[in-house]
Amino acid sequence: MSVETTSEAADEGPSADGPDPDAGANPFARSGWGPLYRALRDKAFAIALLLAALSGIAMVFILLAYVALDAFSILDPEYGSWVDWQFLTNLPSRTPSEAGFLAPIVGSLLILVVMVFAVFPIGVGAAVYLEEYAPDNRITQLVQINIANLAGVPSVVYGLLGLAVFVRGVGLESGIVLVGGLTVGLLVLPIVIVSSQEALRAVPDSYRQASRGMGASEWQTLRNVTLPQALPGILTGTILALGRAIGETAPLIMIGAATSVFSVPTTLFDSVSAMPMQIYNWRARPQPEFRYGVVAAGVVVLLATMILLNATAILLRNRYQRRDI
Amino acid sequence: MTASTAIGDRSDRERRVGRIVKGVFLACAVLTVLITVGIIFTLLRDATTFFAQVPVVDFLTGTEWKPTQLTGDGEYKFGVLPLLSGTILITVVSAVIALPTGLAAALYLSEFASEQVRSVLKPALEILAGIPTIVYGYFALVYITPFLAWVGLPVDTFNALSASIVVGVMIIPMVSSISEDALSAVPDDLRQAAYGLGSTKFDTSVRVVVPAAISGIFSSFVLALSRAIGETMAVTVAAGQTPRMLSILNIDQNLLQSSETITAAMVNVAHAEGGGGTPAYYSMFALGLVLFVFTFSLNIGAEVIRDRLREEYR
Repeated sequence: MSVETTSEAADEGPSADGPDPDAGANPFARSGWGPLYRALRDKAFAIALLLAALSGIAMVFILLAYVALDAFSILDPEYGSWVDWQFLTNLPSRTPSEAGFLAPIVGSLLILVVMVFAVFPIGVGAAVYLEEYAPDNRITQLVQINIANLAGVPSVVYGLLGLAVFVRGVGLESGIVLVGGLTVGLLVLPIVIVSSQEALRAVPDSYRQASRGMGASEWQTLRNVTLPQALPGILTGTILALGRAIGETAPLIMIGAATSVFSVPTTLFDSVSAMPMQIYNWRARPQPEFRYGVVAAGVVVLLATMILLNATAILLRNRYQRRDI
Repeated sequence: MTASTAIGDRSDRERRVGRIVKGVFLACAVLTVLITVGIIFTLLRDATTFFAQVPVVDFLTGTEWKPTQLTGDGEYKFGVLPLLSGTILITVVSAVIALPTGLAAALYLSEFASEQVRSVLKPALEILAGIPTIVYGYFALVYITPFLAWVGLPVDTFNALSASIVVGVMIIPMVSSISEDALSAVPDDLRQAAYGLGSTKFDTSVRVVVPAAISGIFSSFVLALSRAIGETMAVTVAAGQTPRMLSILNIDQNLLQSSETITAAMVNVAHAEGGGGTPAYYSMFALGLVLFVFTFSLNIGAEVIRDRLREEYR
């Protein structure tokens, strides 16, 4: 058989272009190109794929490096770093050197707090129902598909929902902390549910069976065995979702959040800006110091906050990673 | 006697609590359905209000979008076509960047990468999806556009090209992670069989593994398109706010000039409109409906592709 395939491909001969000399013939036929060529082609293909994979990553890392250069004024040290104590503690200002990030930092944190209280219980609740209680039928499947689809709805559409429900429906004032937190909360809810489900699924069934076998009720098993076992995973997923939420801008714009506020929000009913909103505001300022200095500093603080959240999640996961099973 | 009743009481109470708890959890799950219902209801209701003021035909066939500024003839214009042009333009160009790159990354990860390389490359790709879109917009506006100008392209300050580039980069991980799942799910038997027939790694990857995983790959493409269509802040910041019909005569101009997408138009109207009640306010919901229909159909489409085209391997 192998004789047949070699002879068929042999008369094709090498051609400079097109790596596909034996199309139409047996696709696994050995071409007459020689083992060296074939090995080289494998290598070249692998390298081309790797370069493609690295291209996007390289671009983003170069851009991040530029942001860091600008934010810390590494190329023009006489300006001094834009990320400094004053930047973290001042209110926004029209003068680049006095502009600060305090109000949006506090705003973002308050929005996070609202989200934790609104999204965490509901997300875990829905995940528990789907994993531990729901019968395996079409309705459950539909709910599951629905959650997957919710995760694909563009964030600006969630902004419209928040605007219609919380502002027009409930009658809350537009652009306040509470509305911002709830709206972004809706956005990350599907992510929290899915990751909580994964955490619950990772708890071995034998744990539940052992608990039930000792006479514990469904709820007792859940409370004393399943949830405590799944908690690290649930927390990890939730924190990762929060990390994503902190960068969301579009829903906040839709609910009428200010791009810049001149007082630090202290209650849930205060007008709120947020870190990405302030960046959105600053990038439109005409002075180059804003574009290349202040905004870069804002981006650095925003990304640092996200890295902090993600690192927390990863530490948590490593600390409690299941060693049994 | 007393002891056993006490136990009976306790288990009664335990059962009641169990039922209540289950009800609460059920309510949480129902809420997720209500969110979808809420989105659809809100969009339909307010889009209907909008279409009572602006005829549907004018919206769907209009070639001018001026929702908050009066035009020369003293009217607001609510034609969706220029916005649709912007969205399609940026989606197509970002897809040209992201689909091949994402697939290449997936193929490398699943067929070529060593365990060590994988453990670095995979999280690095995920970072691309984790960076906030506003930051991508800032990248495009402040670094990429000047770079394009430096290379010699006559780009405007706001241009569709820089926006497409960053949108493309941010959806790479979507393509690569889903495609990689599909590629890894191809059973090793197929690869072994191909090697046994004398195939090289290249032949095996391109002619056996990719075709076998094609449903998952297409599905990832469609999801990535959906993500690009819904992308908001990067295009708002980088592509500007000039609604523009695609020009067939000067194809290159489309990318070099400012453009406005559906999402960007929503954000810009939200900025310009403080209160509710105006046609512009309700136009956001009409745009939202268009956007939702597009992304929802694509998401469902991706699911159908994955299920229908999948070859079952045992």
